[in-house]
Order: sequence, then C-alpha cells, then structure tokens
Amino acid sequence: MAGEAEEATLNIHPMEQFEVKPLFGDGPIHWYTPTNVTLWLFIAIVAIVLLMVMATRGRAVVPSRGQSVAEVIYTFVRTMIVDITGEAGLKYFPYIMTLFLLILFANVLGLLPYSFTVTSHVAVTGVLAILVFTAVTLIGFVVNGTKFLKIFWISEAPLALRPILAVIEIISYFVRPVSHSIRLAGNMMAGHSVIEVFAGFAAVLVAKTPLGVGLLAPVVAIMAVYGLEVLVVTIQAYVFTILTCVYLNDALHPGH
Amino acid sequence: METEVAQHAGGMPQLNFETFPNQIFWLAVALVIVFFIVSRLILPRIGGVLEERHSMISGYLSQASEFRQQAEQAKADYEAAQAEARAEAQRIAAEAKAAIQADLDKAIAKADAEIAAKTAESEKAIAEIRANAVENVHAVATATAAEIVAALMPSVADEAAVAKAVNAQMKG
Repeated sequence: MAGEAEEATLNIHPMEQFEVKPLFGDGPIHWYTPTNVTLWLFIAIVAIVLLMVMATRGRAVVPSRGQSVAEVIYTFVRTMIVDITGEAGLKYFPYIMTLFLLILFANVLGLLPYSFTVTSHVAVTGVLAILVFTAVTLIGFVVNGTKFLKIFWISEAPLALRPILAVIEIISYFVRPVSHSIRLAGNMMAGHSVIEVFAGFAAVLVAKTPLGVGLLAPVVAIMAVYGLEVLVVTIQAYVFTILTCVYLNDALHPGH
Repeated sequence: METEVAQHAGGMPQLNFETFPNQIFWLAVALVIVFFIVSRLILPRIGGVLEERHSMISGYLSQASEFRQQAEQAKADYEAAQAEARAEAQRIAAEAKAAIQADLDKAIAKADAEIAAKTAESEKAIAEIRANAVENVHAVATATAAEIVAALMPSVADEAAVAKAVNAQMKG
C-alpha cells in the first residue's frame, strides 16, 4: 500500500489477494506444495481447535465465555438439522458441523487484512458442493431406493405437466452444486475485491488531496463495506450449511 | 513473482486451473482433520456438557419441588398442631369455667340455705319474743288490774274474775 501511495497513481489489483502462492520460494505449484491455501486452512483449524476444543476443556456446567460460544454454535447447527431434516438427519451432524465450522472460520479469517480467503476459490467451494451433492444423492438412493426418483416427479401437478416439470427438476437438481459453490465463492470474492478497490482509492486520495482529507471518503466506505462483509461471511457460512440440510432433507424424505 | 502475477493479470486467480490440484489436496487434508476433531472431540464433549447440564437442571428442579412439598407438609403440620392447641386451650378454658360455675352455684346455694336458716331462726326468735311480750303484758295487766281492784274496791277483790276480765279484754 505504501509503495502505491508514493507512486500516487491508480494502481489497484483487487484480484491479487486471491493469488495462490507457494509459502516457501517461488517454484511451481504442485499438488503437494504448501501454499497460502495450506496456511490459512491450518490457521482455520487452529482457530476451530481454540474455540471448540480448548475453550470447552473445562466441560463446565456453568460455561465460560468461550464455552458459551462453542455451545451456541453446536446448538445452532444441531437445531438447524433437526428443524429441516428431523431426527434422521442427526446421523450426518458431524459432517455438517465440519462444513459449517470450516467455512465459517475460513470466511471470518479472510476478513483479516493481508489474509487469504480460502472460500473465495471455486476450486474449494466446488469440491465442498460436489461432496455434498454426491453424498446426498447416494444417501437418497440408499435410504429410499428408486423411490428417491419421486423428487423429480411432482405428483401434485397435473399429469400433462409432470414430464415438463420432471425435466426442469432434473436440471435444477444438477445445477445445485454449481449454485451452491458459486454463491459462496462469489460472495467472498466480491466483498473482498470491493474493499481492495476502495483501499486503492485511499492510497491515491491521500497523495492527491491537501492534508490527505480525501482519505475520509474511502475509509468510511471501507468501514461500511467491512461491516456488511462481517454479516455476509457469517450468513454465507449459514446459507451453505442450511442448503446442505435442505438437500439432505430431499434425500431423506423425497415425498416432500 | 512479478512474472507470475503478470501471467494471470488478465484473469481471475480463481480460474487458474494449475492451482486446483493443490487447493483440492489441502482442502481434503483440512476436511479430514476437522472432521476428525469434530466427530471425536467437539461433538461428544459439547453434547455431553449439554446433556449433563440438562439432567442437572431437571434434577435441581425435581429436588426443588420436593423441598417445596416438604415445606408445604411442614406448614400443614404446623397448622394442624396450632388448631389442635387452640381446641385444647378452648377445652381447658371451658372446663375451668364449668368448674368455677359449679363452685359458684354451690356457694350460692349454701349461702341461700344459710340465709334461709338464719331467717327462719330470726322469725322464730321474733315470734318467741312477741309471745313473751304478750304473756308479760297479760301478767302485768292482770297484776296491775288486781292491784287496782284491791285498792279501789277491796271487798270485791277476786283474782279469778280479774284474770278473766283481763283475758277477755286482751282478746278484744
């Protein structure tokens, strides 16, 4: 940032923050190379362990602050599963909790300045969505057999419309992983880019206005967008998880 | 570094497929680790704590209702004892009152009897006194009349006639 301010030209690279870079050296990125993806995933894991494991170490009946937060997250996800899929969905509680924690912490950590947002990459969210899609489809067939196909055959609709609806339902079913993943990655990317762009403006305005008063406008804008982003990262973690529950419910109870 | 950035400057880093295997591999590692931590540590622990708290609270609640029942029982016992004591006190008071009344009645009856006896005695004494007085008057009148007759007419002095006359006179 400082370098850009001295140049005092509009030198904004909002996408630079999303570059996947090797942690050590400059070499090519193999599948095993430790990169900033690795670093921030492990920081997320450490944060998860700190909040969900260390803070609950006391197993106190009257919880500490950290334990209360961990309990709130636990109850929140559990209630979500029970509300949407019923008790049958609790079998998948561990994986849904894993998804929620990993996405939530990756999203929130991505808000730190100079951090890397793992969930802003479609590669990551795509894998998560495809895993959910595959698992839900398998669960649907394992639990219901061929009756699972009923979710494409809307029995409430008039008979003539059913084949057309079936085509639409099948397309929407296969589009699920796409929307599921792009929604999360897109939200993460957009907000972070906007903040980066405003930050670039700030660097220029400091140099170009007397006493740098022009700084005020982008700083206020960044504060506003940042506040919005805090909301968005949490909501997107929630949305990804709740959609997983909705898909799971379709697999468990295909009759609607 | 600069050249690498320049290479992808046109596109989004998200669409640089060269980094996909790397991201997917590390994501898989992270997922496995987090899944392990969640299923082995987080869920059993927090679930256990919540379960324990739930049973503890319901235990306390049932204990509290038990205490409350005990308190209500104690209150009922106390009230019963109080009512009993009150009834006992009233019984004792009534008994005492009855005993006093009986003593009083007896005393009054005795006093009445004494008064009646005294009255009768007095009446008897008065009657005696009255009878004595009449007799005395009779004796004095007879003697006085005899004396007067002897003094005035010694020739006709007859004690029997005088007594007879006095009697006749006194009856009149």
